Amino acid sequence: MADLQYKIIVGLEIHVQLRTKSKMFCSCALEFGAEPNSRVCPVCLGMPGSLPVMNKQAFEYSVLAGLALNCNIPMFTKWDRKSYYYPDLPKNYQISQYDLPLSEKGFIEIPLESGETKRIRIIRAHLEEDAGKNVHSASSYSQVDLNRTGTPLLEIVTEPDMNSGAEVRALAVELQRLVRFIGVSEADMQKGHMRFEPNINMKIIRNGKEYRTPIAEVKNLNSFRALERSVTYEAQRQLSEFLETGIEFGMGNKTTRGWDDEKEMTVLQREKEEAHDYRYFPDPDLVPVELTQEWLDEIKSRLCELPLKKQLRYVQEYNLSDYDAGVLTADRATADFFDEVVNAGGDPKRVCNLLTQTGLKITKEKNCNITDLPVTPKGMADLAKMVDEGTISASSATTIFEAMVQTGKQPDVLASELNLVQKSDAGELESIVDQVIAENSEAVADVISGGKKEKKARGFLMGQVMQKSKGQANPKVVSEILAKKLK
Amino acid sequence: MEELTAKQLRDKIASGQIKSLDAVNDVFSRIEKYEPVIGAYISTFKEQAIEQAEQVDKKVSAGEPLGQLAGVPIAVKDNMCTTFGATTCASKILENFHAPYNATAVEKLIAADAVIIGKTNLDEFAMGSSTENSGLKKTVNPWDTTRVPGGSSGGATASVAARMCSAALGSDTGGSIRQPASFCGVVGLKPTYGRVSRYGLVAYGSSLDQIGPVTQTVEDAALMLNVIAGHDSSDSTSVNETIAPTYDYLEKLNEPVEKLKIAVAPQLNAGADQQVQNTLHEAINIYKNLGAEIIEVKMPHLDYAIAAYYIIATAEASSNLARYDGVHYGHRTQNPKDYVEVYSKSRAEAFGQEVKRRIMLGTYALSSGYYDAYYLKALKVRNLIRSDFTKAFEKCDCVMMPVAPTTAFKIGEKTSDPLQMYLSDIYTIAANLAGIPGISIPCGFDDKDLPIGLQILSPAFTEDKLLRIAKMYEKENNWYDKRPNI
Amino acid sequence: MAEKIDNEQVRKVAKLSRLELTDSEIEEFTGQLGAILEYVEKMNELDTETIEPLAHCLPVSNVFREDIAKESLGTEKTLANAPKKDETYFLVPKILDDNSGA
Ligand SMILES: [Mg+2]
Ligand SMILES: [Zn+2]
Repeated sequence: MADLQYKIIVGLEIHVQLRTKSKMFCSCALEFGAEPNSRVCPVCLGMPGSLPVMNKQAFEYSVLAGLALNCNIPMFTKWDRKSYYYPDLPKNYQISQYDLPLSEKGFIEIPLESGETKRIRIIRAHLEEDAGKNVHSASSYSQVDLNRTGTPLLEIVTEPDMNSGAEVRALAVELQRLVRFIGVSEADMQKGHMRFEPNINMKIIRNGKEYRTPIAEVKNLNSFRALERSVTYEAQRQLSEFLETGIEFGMGNKTTRGWDDEKEMTVLQREKEEAHDYRYFPDPDLVPVELTQEWLDEIKSRLCELPLKKQLRYVQEYNLSDYDAGVLTADRATADFFDEVVNAGGDPKRVCNLLTQTGLKITKEKNCNITDLPVTPKGMADLAKMVDEGTISASSATTIFEAMVQTGKQPDVLASELNLVQKSDAGELESIVDQVIAENSEAVADVISGGKKEKKARGFLMGQVMQKSKGQANPKVVSEILAKKLK
Repeated sequence: MEELTAKQLRDKIASGQIKSLDAVNDVFSRIEKYEPVIGAYISTFKEQAIEQAEQVDKKVSAGEPLGQLAGVPIAVKDNMCTTFGATTCASKILENFHAPYNATAVEKLIAADAVIIGKTNLDEFAMGSSTENSGLKKTVNPWDTTRVPGGSSGGATASVAARMCSAALGSDTGGSIRQPASFCGVVGLKPTYGRVSRYGLVAYGSSLDQIGPVTQTVEDAALMLNVIAGHDSSDSTSVNETIAPTYDYLEKLNEPVEKLKIAVAPQLNAGADQQVQNTLHEAINIYKNLGAEIIEVKMPHLDYAIAAYYIIATAEASSNLARYDGVHYGHRTQNPKDYVEVYSKSRAEAFGQEVKRRIMLGTYALSSGYYDAYYLKALKVRNLIRSDFTKAFEKCDCVMMPVAPTTAFKIGEKTSDPLQMYLSDIYTIAANLAGIPGISIPCGFDDKDLPIGLQILSPAFTEDKLLRIAKMYEKENNWYDKRPNI
Repeated sequence: MAEKIDNEQVRKVAKLSRLELTDSEIEEFTGQLGAILEYVEKMNELDTETIEPLAHCLPVSNVFREDIAKESLGTEKTLANAPKKDETYFLVPKILDDNSGA
């Protein structure tokens, strides 16, 4: 058993709920937590005679996401029906896309722990409608809620380019940031806005011979943690199974497994791909979508610098820490605001500190975006400049920032209103220092003698000066004057 | 009042000569008399109809503006959703189904002040050519009660033929308006696919289905089309005014057709019964005498229309009818042992044999391994059929052919052999595959005094011209004056 | 596709169609579907190698609605036709497998 190497191979299917106001093919509102079966109409209920009409926003969001995933966007796309019977699927077919998805052949870069990035290829991303929910209660019946039925979903399918649980998680996290950044999804895991289905198998090399284990698909994971753990668990399980039985990948031996969150293990759901025959065919109720170059260009113009690229730029150009750059690029509003402040002349590091320490604390308290605050990029840049120029102290900057949020006033106005402008005028400060030296001969002696009391005495004198100047003296200038006078 | 067409009745109601209430009462007394024999209706709404009629009469006396069908008693095929009564599709699976909304075409009737008097029988889910496949009742032909009314809009055409309404709405997927219209001696118009909203029409073959009028005269068909045609934002396949404008079809009706060129396909027509062929010939001669030029065309692919149709329509149907599963509405089996049995038993219990057969055929045609050979092939053949028409229409204004190879056949005559039944749709199916409009107008009788129809087909969205061409014939031959002797 | 449809295939199709058929129905459908399919094979007389499939006759594409939420039916109307329900849900016999497919 000495010569054994192995590698996990994972491809991912991700369903991302789009951030539209209404459903994919009807006007029912998308509302999380509404009373069961209260957001349903003849169309999403699949009533006899009802017909679907496409939500334009959902289509444009999907194209935008496809572009952000570096996909090729074909100029012609259409709708197909995918047939299967399940109580949460009222028409017993799902409107989806089969042979002509609206985007294909792209990639996403994901950050690795090493600080490098890895490119994961995207096979396709297509638009489809979600099913409802079956609620399994304790009684002998299952309850069916159709509120979610017809919710627009973007299904993204990757190539099997990931080789560890951590990589799979990194992709999921990066994708969440990406779709939020471009505004196509809230991607709220708690609300089931992102669901993952990893396809996992192992490449094993034993005694120079290569083997592949049968693929297992783990269904319906809706947290990063479950996703990562299920991949890690499943890889280990497949390895043990192979070592025990020697079972190899073959036609029709793909299995479907579920994730048991309590036991932290995957559980077999379906042996083999049981005769699933989806009978895809073009949906006769819907017409195709033909993009024009102008339309595509217009959608393209809504794209921005993507978060990972931005993050790397902040680290390289501005010398920010990877962590801080990550915080600034967690959402688009913050990142855009940061960019604007820097463009208005704010020092990136100083602005980063103000935003990550004070700004994000305030937005968290208020549960809003940085752009919702009455602080302009120009005001923010001015505030940063005032610190750098010594007009105010770093700690006063926090106070002024908070006051700006409350009053909407400019930082220079607030600095003088709050008496936080530092006195740097050497002449004025010198007379205060002289006064303090005259009044505190004991401390002065301690400083001059240079004994172990020196440091404390120097601090005392400094404090006296600050007190006399009502806290407005620039400490740097004061300590220079003190040093000169007490040589 | 039964001698009045819908248009005449509307005019008399509007001018105060006749009360809508009297017209409606008259229709209901006819229904009471003849319905036990004919069996055209699945449900009727006497109380509501009387109320509606009284409202129209009030409007008339108040001098308020009136809709185009003010006070006229209209029947609706029971595969269109209505908030009143059940919407059954003549199926046990929907026997007690109450739709929460009105089909757009029904809404338009109501907006035109029509009085909806009832919902008519059909082959279950519109699958059939004789109305014998109704899961709920039997309809007979008013001209000979031992014969079928045709199908699937047999209830609608029988009720118009027996004057148990002034006009009706039917639906046509493969001839379901035109063929029963021909069998019952009335006018049946299948508009261009996309001309009339399908919203609320319970789908059979979605790419083929189209709602259209069943009437006594061509003029009534134009009147009904005026009311129901037009874009509907709830139906993605309904065409808007920019692509194909609608017209005032009544107004256009009297414009002359200049230099009319009619195409016939002799090879194709040779398949029809001799009496049908002779009558068709006479009808075309009338056009000739009116100055029309008759040309011969070959439409080589129309021979394959039935094959392509029964794959495409059933494939779509297998998917459209998947929703009837006993979960959210409709029939559910008693005591299912699990949810899968809710599906398989509810469906087995409540669908009739023809519906099952078509679901099976369609499912097979779409299933893995057979899709290319059947479904995809059928779509290609469909394209060839459409191009036959495109080429023909480069040389003519319309194509004329029989509606059906025979006149109304005996009840039970074809029920044992589904393929024979399918083959009787040979002349009507192509128009649905090509998406073009077609009309069936009475053009004579056979030796058993059974009506024969003339079918006229024209290019997409030329209903105005199609109606004018039909009207030319009707002016020469008032076949609609002849009534069945019930 | 030259081989004729048999009972086994018909049984499979019945399962896919969620139709519980009796043995005699299977037998009957096998014969009828066989005859219809044989007729349908007539299409093979046509060379369609270069012909585009035509799913739709309409000269129409890009039909959209704006993303505006409107009033829904409401729970009561939604459940009005349900064969089995409780206050707010449709009810089906307990689902033990997960055969969802989205
Ligand atoms: Mg999917
Ligand atoms: Zn809805």
